[in-house]
Amino acid sequence: MRLINRKPGRILGLILLLVPFMAVLAAYKIGSDIRLAENPRDKLLPAPTAVVETAGRLVSTPDKRSDTILFWQDTAVSLQRLATGIGIAALISMVFGMLIGLLPYARALFAGFVNVLSMVPPLAILPILFIVFGLGETSKVALITIGITPFLIRDLGQRVLEIPTEMMVKAQTLGATSFVIALRLALPQLLPRLIQSIRLSLGPAWLFLIASEAIASEAGLGYRIFLVRRYLAMDIILTYVVWITILAFLIDYGLKKLGEYAFPWFGKDGL
Amino acid sequence: MSFVEARNIAKSYGERPIIANVNLDVDQGAFISVVGASGCGKSTFLRLLLAQEQPTKGTIRLAGQEPAKEPGLDRGIVFQRYSVFPHMTVRDNIVAGESFHQSPVGKFFGKRLKDARDRAQEVLDRIGLGHMSTAYPSALSGGMQQRLAIAQALQDKPKLLLLDEPFGALDPGTKLSMHNFLEDLRTETGMTVFMVTHDLEEAFKLGDRVIVFDKPSWDVPDPDMVAATITYDFDARDGGIPFQTIKEETNLFHSE
Repeated sequence: MRLINRKPGRILGLILLLVPFMAVLAAYKIGSDIRLAENPRDKLLPAPTAVVETAGRLVSTPDKRSDTILFWQDTAVSLQRLATGIGIAALISMVFGMLIGLLPYARALFAGFVNVLSMVPPLAILPILFIVFGLGETSKVALITIGITPFLIRDLGQRVLEIPTEMMVKAQTLGATSFVIALRLALPQLLPRLIQSIRLSLGPAWLFLIASEAIASEAGLGYRIFLVRRYLAMDIILTYVVWITILAFLIDYGLKKLGEYAFPWFGKDGL
Repeated sequence: MSFVEARNIAKSYGERPIIANVNLDVDQGAFISVVGASGCGKSTFLRLLLAQEQPTKGTIRLAGQEPAKEPGLDRGIVFQRYSVFPHMTVRDNIVAGESFHQSPVGKFFGKRLKDARDRAQEVLDRIGLGHMSTAYPSALSGGMQQRLAIAQALQDKPKLLLLDEPFGALDPGTKLSMHNFLEDLRTETGMTVFMVTHDLEEAFKLGDRVIVFDKPSWDVPDPDMVAATITYDFDARDGGIPFQTIKEETNLFHSE
């Protein structure tokens, strides 16, 4: 039988799924054991048990000075920045995506400009943002928004253009105005695609969040990682990295489920 | 004056002519089947009738009015695919036939919505889709989707119904029931219909006239540069069997 026709069963599939995770953990454990055997005070690869112990302490012990649990405070601050940045980006890109996708005049006016804009590396203008908006929340949210909006506009504009001509014509024969077509045809068809595009933008959004937090911030997941880096606190860094990964995964999964729940018609006929 | 009046129509895309010298007069209530090989301008002609595209030359008038610049309420259309809105339930697809032009935001609310949905339910019951009214179109079979698309197109009582290979993707059995469905609707509404099809049997069965688009000459170095036109115009009444009517009173066949 050809390899392309061989499929793993349910249980084997589950085992295969876990293999790479286990392999990474095992490699870490071996590396950590070797280093700790040479030098028990080694900080680069702390023992997995030590990391778990630190994690337990981080999520439960309040900071002595502020009497808050910094881990949860960092999480709340970062998530808020992420949500605000992505939310604003989503709103802007919906409006411009619809304009570009629906109106040939708006397309002629904006499409080229957005394409050029999306080529500007967002991190390169971070200093400008800090200068213009100061070191507060605005510049961090602005970086996320500026970082993902051009991509979202291009993507959503394209999605509107992909709405089959047949449907656009049909709506016109039912007497719909441009506004009604935007509201009742383009917008509902765009929303599930917006969720897909946001899922694709999550990676860059996290990147911009952590970059801006690393450079100038007083709280946040990225801030903490770069703060404790100075003490080579690998146990804390690893805890935060794993936590960020879990958060990113949960947000992605949540958006996927939200899309399936809110738009049950989507994705069945490739529409 | 005829109901649909196409005068000297030509359409080309850039250098490439698609159709030329198309003249057609159609009476109100007629069913015109349009057949022809692929790439001979059948669908192009339908798009011109729909006013989705403008002819390069010539004019098409509907009921003597000025040539239309864009698709509107007086023309209904059913395509082979994508003719219904996948994000609306079956019932709301019918409601859209009213709400898209009667409400400034394209949607009814409150009592108006309820009344429109009740009317839509009646329409669906009549076409045998009543039990599917709250499902999304993706849950319908191909035949059901096309029935819905036709019912939706008829919601606004268009003067002209255009069908672009509407049954092309259906199995033979479903096709036959769709023929009955369409003939019933026609008897009921007396509307004028253009149907593009690849199925000659279907064309002669449903049509009063069958018009054929073809290139006048294929025997040239580059047939792509020859525009197609209407090469035949068959009388297809009486079940598609060509017949002759004796128009003059003659006594030739009567022996005294």
